[in-house]
Amino acid sequence: MGLSGFEVSIERPTNGGGLSTEDMTLSMGPQHPSTHGVLRFVVRADGEVMKEAIPDIGYLHRSIEKIAEKVGWHGFIPYTDRVDYVAAMFCNHAWAAAAEKLGGIAVPKRGEYCRVIADEFCRIMSHLISVGSMAMDIGAFTPFNHAIREREYINDLIEELCGARLTFHYMRIGGVAWDLPPGWIEKATAFLDRFEPLIDEFDDLISFNKIFTERLVNVAVITPEEAIDYNLVGPNLRGSGVKYDVRKDEPYSIYPEVEFDVPVGRGELGTVGDCFDRYIVRMREMRESCRILRQCLRQIPDGPVIAKVPRNFKPPAGDVYYRVESARGDQGWYVVSDGTAFPYRCRIRTGSFTAISMIQKVSRNLMIADLIAVIASFDLVAPEIDR
Amino acid sequence: MQEFVDGLIASGAVPAGVPAWVAYLGAMLVFGGVVVFGFVLPVAGATTWVERRIMARIHSRIGPNRTGPAGFLQWLADGIKNMLKEDIVPTASDAPLFKLAPYVVMLGFVGAFVAIPFAGPLIISDMNVGIVYVTSVTALVVVGILMAGWASNNKWSLLGGIRSAAQIVSYEIPAGLSIFPIVMLTGSLSMQTIIGHQGWAPWDWHVFDNPFATLAFVVFYVSALAEGNRTPFDLPEAESELVAGFATEYSGMRNLLFFMAEWGNLYVIGAIATTLFLGGWQIPWALTDAPALRVLLEFVTFFGKSYFVGVLVAIWIRWTLPRIRVDQMMTMCWKYLVPIAFVNLIGTAVWMVVFPHGVPAVRWALTAAAGVATLGFLRRVRYHIKRAKLQRKHLSFNPLSTARVPL
Repeated sequence: MGLSGFEVSIERPTNGGGLSTEDMTLSMGPQHPSTHGVLRFVVRADGEVMKEAIPDIGYLHRSIEKIAEKVGWHGFIPYTDRVDYVAAMFCNHAWAAAAEKLGGIAVPKRGEYCRVIADEFCRIMSHLISVGSMAMDIGAFTPFNHAIREREYINDLIEELCGARLTFHYMRIGGVAWDLPPGWIEKATAFLDRFEPLIDEFDDLISFNKIFTERLVNVAVITPEEAIDYNLVGPNLRGSGVKYDVRKDEPYSIYPEVEFDVPVGRGELGTVGDCFDRYIVRMREMRESCRILRQCLRQIPDGPVIAKVPRNFKPPAGDVYYRVESARGDQGWYVVSDGTAFPYRCRIRTGSFTAISMIQKVSRNLMIADLIAVIASFDLVAPEIDR
Repeated sequence: MQEFVDGLIASGAVPAGVPAWVAYLGAMLVFGGVVVFGFVLPVAGATTWVERRIMARIHSRIGPNRTGPAGFLQWLADGIKNMLKEDIVPTASDAPLFKLAPYVVMLGFVGAFVAIPFAGPLIISDMNVGIVYVTSVTALVVVGILMAGWASNNKWSLLGGIRSAAQIVSYEIPAGLSIFPIVMLTGSLSMQTIIGHQGWAPWDWHVFDNPFATLAFVVFYVSALAEGNRTPFDLPEAESELVAGFATEYSGMRNLLFFMAEWGNLYVIGAIATTLFLGGWQIPWALTDAPALRVLLEFVTFFGKSYFVGVLVAIWIRWTLPRIRVDQMMTMCWKYLVPIAFVNLIGTAVWMVVFPHGVPAVRWALTAAAGVATLGFLRRVRYHIKRAKLQRKHLSFNPLSTARVPL
């Protein structure tokens, strides 16, 4: 199997002289259609029933944390996009904010608003991919296309904002790279007017479809205690009914100035913490993001968007741990500076990494088809696991 | 067809000295070739185009629109491409079985066309066991799929093949049990006799004969979808679970044969449903007396009905619903469909004893109920289309969208 430490011992029950059966070891991935990037699971299955699914990570490791030590404070921003390319804005934000905290730089108000607007659009984008691909993994292809269609509109908006559609590098140390283009606020508002009814349409389309809920309800139930023990974050944690959101509990940027709720899983169709709860929390977070966006687009003040930061940025020696609420939850950046133009050490703590460690536990005695639902419900993004 | 060959022999068109069985065999090959290459394969191929166009609209995309008018020749291009691809036989596979499997699948699907009554005179062989023949020959498909799954020497293929075998064998039972009420009503297994027992008007169809027959139609349709490996029962080739199921290791022409059989099977499902429940090729007598025109009209009627029921509705279901899990699939079959099918069987028998001549009022009521349901559905569709148009027109700002309005 090639996984040292994970060798599976095959039990062959031969008692009674009956037919002996043996487990089947399946290698799911790294090129399996529903492993969302290059994940690999070593699945030990008895027919359709899984005994165990062992995640095998590392296929997308790019030493991003090491690269930080070589490219300097400003130069690392494009690399942060690649940490989680489905929701790159949050990594931008966290890196820039960590550097600002080290250097004691105050970001102009409008810059903070631009950051939050970009963040929340990015959250909607990421959640659209998540719920869409979840429906696709369950076998319904249509919702995925509808989700991608809406995501395209956000891509257009963000392209106008920063010129990029996937890897944005929009944030800079001290603010954001570009102000909102003229007329952009109206366009963004028009998008929200269009998008909010479409969330309802998406609910009509798939969320409460009987087959869909049958596939998700009571599958891979995670109790709140387990979720905390395994260090789940973000929608995965909130799906288990734990109301923890960095935006509320450890507010950063201008989140204290906007009103929003933190949706948590209520187990409305089954048990609290099942796959359906994790799914529906994301649907509700998109609505909350729309709410935040409307407030931000209304309240955004005039002024500069970026503070004056020296080109040769050398924050004083020290370390900082900065956390943002990414689309995949609490994303922590530990950055150490030794007072030079290069970070001494950078370490990223991501939501997908902790979520994948949970899979081995929750996948016991599920069907193989359920593993797909579990992977999708955790919203795993492979580059964020490996970095 | 036998009469036709007999006529040829009698008229001297067949040279003297040629044994009769040679004439029969030759006629069979010619007719079979005409049916397979002139009808079955184009229908299966064109269905891929129809499915892709409809699916694209459901996805709010455009679909293939480059090859030929509205992309209609796309299926030919795909077919040629597949034939030109390298035919890979994995070294670790069981090569003879691996190569044979697609043909077994094709055989099961093409064989069904022997007993499908396209019009009054248009049937290759009106066997006295027609419907039993069709259900049994389509069951050959499962042998082919199981062969493919086993011979590929791939665990995903094996899982797909086993799933398919379990699924098709299980769903044969409710499908078969739903055929029996019709057989009892008709008193015959022959396809033409079953159609002859119905009339052209909806209230003369078997599906509205009594409530049990209506239910039997529903059970039959669901089971037939499952037998045809269509969503929500497409577990054997569930892309997101089993990569491509039994077809994982296949490439080129062999892969194409599997998918041609799948798409053609849809039409077979529709043809069987039309024959049994929806009045077959029946058209009003008053319509025409000219034999050729009449056959044409009958053919169009039959084709339209079976294509709508078998292909269009199945496509619509496929791109709307998610896939059920393998245990739910089994639960649905054995705990719901089989008991309902038995109830239908007994109910129809009781109905026939109590009302030997049928109840016209019930027929009318069932037809009216179906009509109302259809109208309500169409109204809902119209509402959604209107709503969607409104949104696109007034809110789209995509710079590439033709519906863009300046803000």
